[in-house]
Amino acid sequence: MPNQGNPLSRRQFLATTTSGVAVAAIGSVAMPSVLRAQGTPVKLGVLHPVTGALSYSGQQGRLGATLAIEEINAAGGIKGLGKIDAVLGDAQSTPDGGTAEVEKMNSAEVACIVGGYASNICLATTQAAARYELPYVVDVGVADSIVTRGLKNTFRFGPGFGVIAKTALANLAAINDQAGKPAKTVMIVHEDSLFGSGLAKLLNAQLPQQGFEILETIPHPTPTRDFNNVVLKIKAQNPDLVIPANYYNEYVLLARTMQQQQVKPKGIYSVLGGAASSYKFVKEFPDAARYIMDCNHWFDPRNGKAQALKKKVESKDQFFTYEVYMNYSCVYLIADALERAASVDRAKLTAALASSTFSGHLMPYGPTKFVNGQNEGAAPVNTQVLDNDIKVVLPSAFANAKPVFPRPA
Amino acid sequence: MKALIPTAAVLAVLAAVPLVVHSNVTLNFLVVALMIALAGQGWNILGGYGGQYSFGHAAFFGTGAYVTAILQVRYGINAWIGFAAGIAAGAALGAVLGALTFRSGLRGSYFALVTLAFAEVLRIIASVAPVTGAGVGTLIRLDLGIRNLQFQSRAAFYWIILALVGVSLVTAQLIERSRFGIWLIAVRENEDAAKALGVNVNGVKLAAMVISAAITAAAGCFYAQYFLFVDSGIAYGTWISIQALLTPIIGGVGTVFGPLLGALVVKSLGEAAKLLTGDAPGLDLIIYGAVLVLVIWFTPRGLIGGLTQARKVLMRRSGRAAPSAGEARDG
Amino acid sequence: MLSPTILIPAVLNGLLIGAIYALVALGLTLIYGVLHIINFAHGALLSAALFAAFFAFRLLGLDPYVAVVLLAPLFFALGYGLQRFIIGPASHGDERNMLLVTLGIAVIIENTLLYAFRADTRTIDVPYAFQTIDIGSTFLAVSRVVGFVAAFAVALALWLIMTFTDTGRAIRAVAKEKLGAELAGINVAHVYAVTFGLGTACVAIAACLLIPSYYVNPTVGDAFVLVAFTIVVLGGMGSVPGALIGALLIGVAESLSGLFLGESLGQIGIFLIFIVVLLVRPSGLFGARA
Repeated sequence: MPNQGNPLSRRQFLATTTSGVAVAAIGSVAMPSVLRAQGTPVKLGVLHPVTGALSYSGQQGRLGATLAIEEINAAGGIKGLGKIDAVLGDAQSTPDGGTAEVEKMNSAEVACIVGGYASNICLATTQAAARYELPYVVDVGVADSIVTRGLKNTFRFGPGFGVIAKTALANLAAINDQAGKPAKTVMIVHEDSLFGSGLAKLLNAQLPQQGFEILETIPHPTPTRDFNNVVLKIKAQNPDLVIPANYYNEYVLLARTMQQQQVKPKGIYSVLGGAASSYKFVKEFPDAARYIMDCNHWFDPRNGKAQALKKKVESKDQFFTYEVYMNYSCVYLIADALERAASVDRAKLTAALASSTFSGHLMPYGPTKFVNGQNEGAAPVNTQVLDNDIKVVLPSAFANAKPVFPRPA
Repeated sequence: MKALIPTAAVLAVLAAVPLVVHSNVTLNFLVVALMIALAGQGWNILGGYGGQYSFGHAAFFGTGAYVTAILQVRYGINAWIGFAAGIAAGAALGAVLGALTFRSGLRGSYFALVTLAFAEVLRIIASVAPVTGAGVGTLIRLDLGIRNLQFQSRAAFYWIILALVGVSLVTAQLIERSRFGIWLIAVRENEDAAKALGVNVNGVKLAAMVISAAITAAAGCFYAQYFLFVDSGIAYGTWISIQALLTPIIGGVGTVFGPLLGALVVKSLGEAAKLLTGDAPGLDLIIYGAVLVLVIWFTPRGLIGGLTQARKVLMRRSGRAAPSAGEARDG
Repeated sequence: MLSPTILIPAVLNGLLIGAIYALVALGLTLIYGVLHIINFAHGALLSAALFAAFFAFRLLGLDPYVAVVLLAPLFFALGYGLQRFIIGPASHGDERNMLLVTLGIAVIIENTLLYAFRADTRTIDVPYAFQTIDIGSTFLAVSRVVGFVAAFAVALALWLIMTFTDTGRAIRAVAKEKLGAELAGINVAHVYAVTFGLGTACVAIAACLLIPSYYVNPTVGDAFVLVAFTIVVLGGMGSVPGALIGALLIGVAESLSGLFLGESLGQIGIFLIFIVVLLVRPSGLFGARA
């Protein structure tokens, strides 16, 4: 046991791995045994669940990351370090799948890993990377516990649950107040795993303080085959507002069923809604989508680079979803840190990430500032489906439209 | 004692692996493969030797995982004790499910379906019950140390899971050579005939179920300690039920080394397919599925099938449990 | 909560969704009744059929209700081929092997779909997607009502085939007494394949009826399969009327337990029924044990 228990012996570890290459070949990415020479590309782990239940989001995330890497490389790579070589990984939509990929990426000597997407995958992968002090930038994973475990290698560029729920509430109150408080009663419909349940809990704790009465909170599993019962309950209690928090498929069924059953609350205000901030949904169900509001990850619509990327993604026949631009932004964030660290050394890169003030991203976050791994500037924005398009309605600094509430008859 | 020599040799060779191989990729791969092998060995005791094909071994895996995690996180109980309690809880669940199903005389596809349903019920309960963390799951704090059964090195985990697999191998071997094992195989080959010969069929099946559940639960306990996170989909999901039955069947159902061999082959196959196809989503699993079909097509008794066949012939000659094989299996 | 304005629609809705379950379960119960296997590829085949219906609409402009005429025979052929040339030979007549082969096929189909069409969810927009029939306090989706009627039609057709045709007689003979049927000159491999084909054709019909009000992605079929298993057991494995009535019962039970226990816990209702039926009366409500 030459180096058990010592997290710092990376070099030693790398030196000894080659002896095990024959066995390691069962599954490892081709492993260069020579140490990095000047001019060889910088390896970046791009880890997403591209197969399994989350594969759509995973593939979108991978698209965003690889687009950024292509652009950076086309512009000559990272100053002083050279081009980026993407090491793609598939977490297979499970935490253990993600962990296995982290091990491979570590062996392939990546400088940093970006991705994870789902909270439960991120919880496992960041921890696996922490064993090697390998810097890890979480792209989406919103569970607060991802950044509250004291892992020094873990950075989250986007907002967590706490901030999202707080912003969603504040913005909801603001929109309601502005309209003369037409909404008093609320029903919450959420999917019952980590993301939906967590949000529902926070909403239940905080909505009453804002003067809203919660009539009922309805959890449902993923997948749910039929939403007629949920809609019947909504119909029976006739709330002013419906707050859904679920994934795309369920959101589509819910919205369609509401339209079918002619349930028309004063507003649908989803939090991290699977569809209310999705161009796909707006395109395929323009009637069901009209006036839906959402508090979600969204790009800065005034940012020219974001609009250019949107055109590029759409020209590839893909939708410009949040997975795309968040991963795209994360890669640029890492590239900036690499340039400042001027090294692929993990400790130096971690320090460079921790002190990042990067502002060349596509998000309405302002300059990056990590506190205990969480980007303090990160926040969701409010969008609304208006004129068959998705507009940002709050915060006003980034808005390109005014909220329409209550929904016109 | 002599019969234990091959087992000891295999374990000794496997135990030496971390001394030679330092790649954590390989160790992580082997740890996961051994964990699946352990779950598969649990299934094998009941399904392989006893002929009761369970489709819901996730029920035991998940119970082990949740009990280990919840005792630590919610009640501050030591991880080692939590681990043991997880195994005990799995065994207890096995006893309850076994008593319910065997008393009702369920076998064949009916037994498969009822176990599947039990696992689903547990998954749904776990996804809403507050004690499991409901949809959020249970996260064990990363706090390295022997006391907490958390190790920096993958090798330590490797030896722990290997030790558990070792225990399961010896258990299988002891069963195989015991009177209980003979009864169990008799039940598999022809339940009615076994009953006529005076075998306490339900008692034998129940005992097999308890041992089986305990072993698979141990794999679940290990999962919780290794990944430090459990949610309802991981713990009680169909993925583990399928892995647990696939590995012994590919390796050699009703054999001591079948699950171990099967797990190593299945996991390697997945990795090899992935390596072959690069990053095309889905393509690796297509190959994986195709190979599964081909293995069954061309070596229907699993990789260790030849040996089993030979033993069956011997047993038939010696006159024990002598039904006219095959045909009488199901009503 | 107990007011009839919500209870009656919930029951009606349960019946309508139950009819869709019935279509999926009919194929499964037929295959079980004859081959005595749990067909694990059933869900994957449903996903494939939904994709077929989707592309028939998008590429050929065929309304799903028209496409069914094309897809049902196509999937019959697919099912026939699968059983005759893959499942049959690969499993050497051992039912446990059949189970695993169907599992392998499920993995292949699902991932071929994933590879070919990616994982995103697709929907079609037929003109009648949002049309409803107004009955007092509630609106019934037209597409669901069509599905309800079709479920009975398909069950009736299956029953007629099984009762009055030579093929049906052969299938029943094989189901009851395989060896005897073989001795009587019936080609068992052919009968197995025909049965599997019929079961797969049912899946195609279910897909065409489901797609107007549902969505499709490579794993969508899984959502229906566990329920279909439950129905098959409840109705008695192999019983066509059992599957139909079992499905309607499950639909209503699911709907009501969803209403009273919540959607998450409501799903338990199905499995509890399932377990209780298995433990107390494993032959199901209409099962005739062979």
